[in-house]
Amino acid sequence: MKEIAVYVHIPFCGRKCYYCDFVSFSGKDDKIEEYIAFLLKEMAWYKPYLKEYNVKTIFIGGGTPSYIDGKYIVRIIEFIRENYNCEWLEEITIEANPGTLNKEKLLLYKEAGVNRISLGVQTLEDRLLKSIGRLHTGRDVIENIHLLKELGFSNINVDLMFGLPKQRVEDCISTMETIVDLGVEHISYYSLILEEGTPIYKWYEEGSIKLPDEDLDRKMYKEGVAFLKSRGYKHYEISNFSKPGFQCKHNLFYWQIKPYIGFGIGAHSNVESNRFSNYSNFKDYFYSLKEGKAPVVEIEYIDKDMEMAEYMIVGLRLIAGVDKIEFKRRFGKDMEAVYGPVIDKYIKEGLLKEEGGKIKFTSKGLDLSNIVYVDLLP
Amino acid sequence: MQNIKQKNIRNFCIIAHIDHGKSTLADRLIEKTGVLSSREMQEQVLDSMDLERERGITIKLKSIRLNYKAEDGEEYVLNLIDTPGHVDFNYEVSRSLAACEGALLVVDASQGVEAQTLANVYLALEQDLEIIPVINKIDLPSARPEEIKEEIENVIGIDAADAPLISAKDGINIEAVLKEIVNKIPAPKGSKDAPLKALIFDSYYDSYKGVVAFIRVFEGTIKPGMNIRMMSTNKRYEVTEVGVTTNKHIPVDKLEAGDVGYVVASIKNVKDARVGDTITDDDNPTEEPLPGYKKVVPMVYCGIYPAEGEDFNAVRDALEKLQVNDASLVFEPENSAALGYGFRCGFLGLLHMEIVQERLEREFDLNIVTTAPSVIYRVKTKSGEMLSIQNPTNLPDATEIEYMEEPIVSASIMTPTDYVGPIMELCQNRRGVFKNMEYLEETRVVLHYDLPLNEVIYDFFDVLKSKSRGFASLDYELKGYQQSDLVKLDILINGELVDALSIIVHRDKAYERGRRITEKLKEEIPRHLFAIPIQAAIGSKIIARETVKALRKDVLAKCYGGDISRKKKLLEKQKEGKKRMRQVGSVNIPQEAFLSVLKYDE
Repeated sequence: MKEIAVYVHIPFCGRKCYYCDFVSFSGKDDKIEEYIAFLLKEMAWYKPYLKEYNVKTIFIGGGTPSYIDGKYIVRIIEFIRENYNCEWLEEITIEANPGTLNKEKLLLYKEAGVNRISLGVQTLEDRLLKSIGRLHTGRDVIENIHLLKELGFSNINVDLMFGLPKQRVEDCISTMETIVDLGVEHISYYSLILEEGTPIYKWYEEGSIKLPDEDLDRKMYKEGVAFLKSRGYKHYEISNFSKPGFQCKHNLFYWQIKPYIGFGIGAHSNVESNRFSNYSNFKDYFYSLKEGKAPVVEIEYIDKDMEMAEYMIVGLRLIAGVDKIEFKRRFGKDMEAVYGPVIDKYIKEGLLKEEGGKIKFTSKGLDLSNIVYVDLLP
Repeated sequence: MQNIKQKNIRNFCIIAHIDHGKSTLADRLIEKTGVLSSREMQEQVLDSMDLERERGITIKLKSIRLNYKAEDGEEYVLNLIDTPGHVDFNYEVSRSLAACEGALLVVDASQGVEAQTLANVYLALEQDLEIIPVINKIDLPSARPEEIKEEIENVIGIDAADAPLISAKDGINIEAVLKEIVNKIPAPKGSKDAPLKALIFDSYYDSYKGVVAFIRVFEGTIKPGMNIRMMSTNKRYEVTEVGVTTNKHIPVDKLEAGDVGYVVASIKNVKDARVGDTITDDDNPTEEPLPGYKKVVPMVYCGIYPAEGEDFNAVRDALEKLQVNDASLVFEPENSAALGYGFRCGFLGLLHMEIVQERLEREFDLNIVTTAPSVIYRVKTKSGEMLSIQNPTNLPDATEIEYMEEPIVSASIMTPTDYVGPIMELCQNRRGVFKNMEYLEETRVVLHYDLPLNEVIYDFFDVLKSKSRGFASLDYELKGYQQSDLVKLDILINGELVDALSIIVHRDKAYERGRRITEKLKEEIPRHLFAIPIQAAIGSKIIARETVKALRKDVLAKCYGGDISRKKKLLEKQKEGKKRMRQVGSVNIPQEAFLSVLKYDE
């Protein structure tokens, strides 16, 4: 039996945020019922192929999974439990947006076994929330977290963003302060990424909005990291922080290149050296499943060289770094033999360091990781 | 092939400005005389290289034999000799004109006479050719044939009253052109019994036959088995085949005075069958070669380097292959501290240079870095030597130089009067010396300037086009050398002199050029982990400085399941970009940066 992580994509939203380029739609609520039916069909399709796997984590992401009726979430989780090996199942996460949660929904989640809630907060400053197209207020966030605590959810993540238009370092820290005081277990803190095709991208290109420059961006990151550390959170991945024992088990699958399967439109999977992704529109996704086929649009075979490179690249995202012995155990080769010159070069340039048999980024390296990654590619 | 009497031969070429429809007219003539069926007809058959077709210009000239039955019932042979359409290939043009008795002058019915056309018309007049004006594109709504006729008469001074009004594109009135050719162009003269005198107007290399030389026989007869001699080199060969070209080469028994055809004689290199040279009978040689032969010399040089060092041999092989068909391309290995091993290449002009670069990249799939083009400077040293410098790196130290000379061209710029102001300003900026201005008609003039060639090779043509909305045209020829206050402008990146970026400029221009180049390089060079100073210097004096700020952030904020392939693609792109860069010291410089010295950005 091997472990696998399961991702389920819910591509519905009340409104698309201005920075978002995920596969998600607003105004397609009429498709929800049909979509869930096909989602179950897809999960059924893969059943014979995943007999040898045991589900360790489930992550229901979006879009806004909390936007749709709670009964669908229950149906999905139940379906997985009924059709897959779930003896090892430890973590079930659902992404939620403040303003879409209520007691009734949360009780349904709890009953279905959801034990981790990931809240898309981004910031508590209402003026900033508005400028990026969020539908909730800072007030909603605080109320939601209180409600979650009240209902006994004891593993809560909050997503925060920095590098927003007109955001100041003080804004970042004051949001964090409030969130930390509410006692959440996990925080993701990442900078705004300009993705082509989003409104924010367009405004930036036009010059109608300004974004913090690199120096300010790094200041926001560094001060944020320092603050969270000072409040007892462990910085364990470039953009992720947790109280001891609360690292996201699901995401660790990605960062350790372990098998995962994604269901739903636009979902990605990585099983048995194949990385594949689904159609990102309803029409093709539905059609394939109707025809009895997997709704896969693209498959990439990952050869050993590429797998090693990916292992290094995503593995270095972890602050603990990549373990040399673990590398040898997995690939049967010494890390030095494969990446020695690159590692030496960047140790010399101060981007990498070696500690306790592990190769890891220095603080400067965390800011400039792509430079190292480019040289790790085969 | 039936033998046609000399009086029924017409040898002609077509003179036209780029885009005025030379190739299309050639196609129609070929179609009309039935050499190729329309089904066989490829668009623009004479321009067979992809690049030529794309750019709409003819680089390699060729000839084709057309059979035409005229109204009088007589069979005629019309030899169409194609000419290149660009100033860089002036010499080739003059040689192919020399092979003809007449020329069709194709003028666009809406655009009128252009500088390029005019230059070629003068060349044709020098050769005493009968010029037949043809007004093309009369199908266009903007056509103004009567005015154009008048313009031809005023500007060129030839009678245009009978000029056929045609549309080559739509095949209108092509017959009239054929009639004019037969009626107006004189038949060739010369005796088939005199000692052989044949002009080479083109040649190419064929891997089976060796060099195939296109010739016009002026005197005598050439046939297989004969021993021939190249009069400029005195090299001897035995003729193995002579023939004429229709849609393909057709061997014939002999070529006689007046004929146009090809000769094969186991010649290994096009250098030995030089355009303009005279072929004679080695056993019964003529006294005097045909006039006008000159060895073509490159006017513009640049460095061509493999983007990746290991491709050096591939670049050399490719250059050799190109040279087999292009006797005017010269190259020799050179070494640059910044770019490694590469070649210094000489070209007839900028277009020739661009064509070679493009062919290396396209036909040979090579990734190359080219350095800024340079002209040939003459340097008088204090020790009394006269040096020719075509690579700025080789310029002696300023203290050893007595004086320097640079090449000057006489330029003619034809333009509508509206743009005279901006064009004069441009010429002034480029150190031009105004000679005079001629009115061609009320609204069009020719400006004559003496310009330093090194100012012309820096995007002069592009700027001219943009300042005149594409209406102005340029022609130039080398006038001579002139003493000038020139300095070597060096570029230092991160404190290191990058030899491939050095240029020679006039002292008055050095500051401005230095500033522009450093600004441009600042945009081109990606940020590194450290700040990179970019300096322009004359000798040890820094005259301009910019800094590429250190990179502070290059990180993927998020990387979850769906992000991995996507982000990997980004990284692969970044890697690809890095591969295309040259490392100088600890700085990676993209290939494009080496061309930034080229741009004036006016």
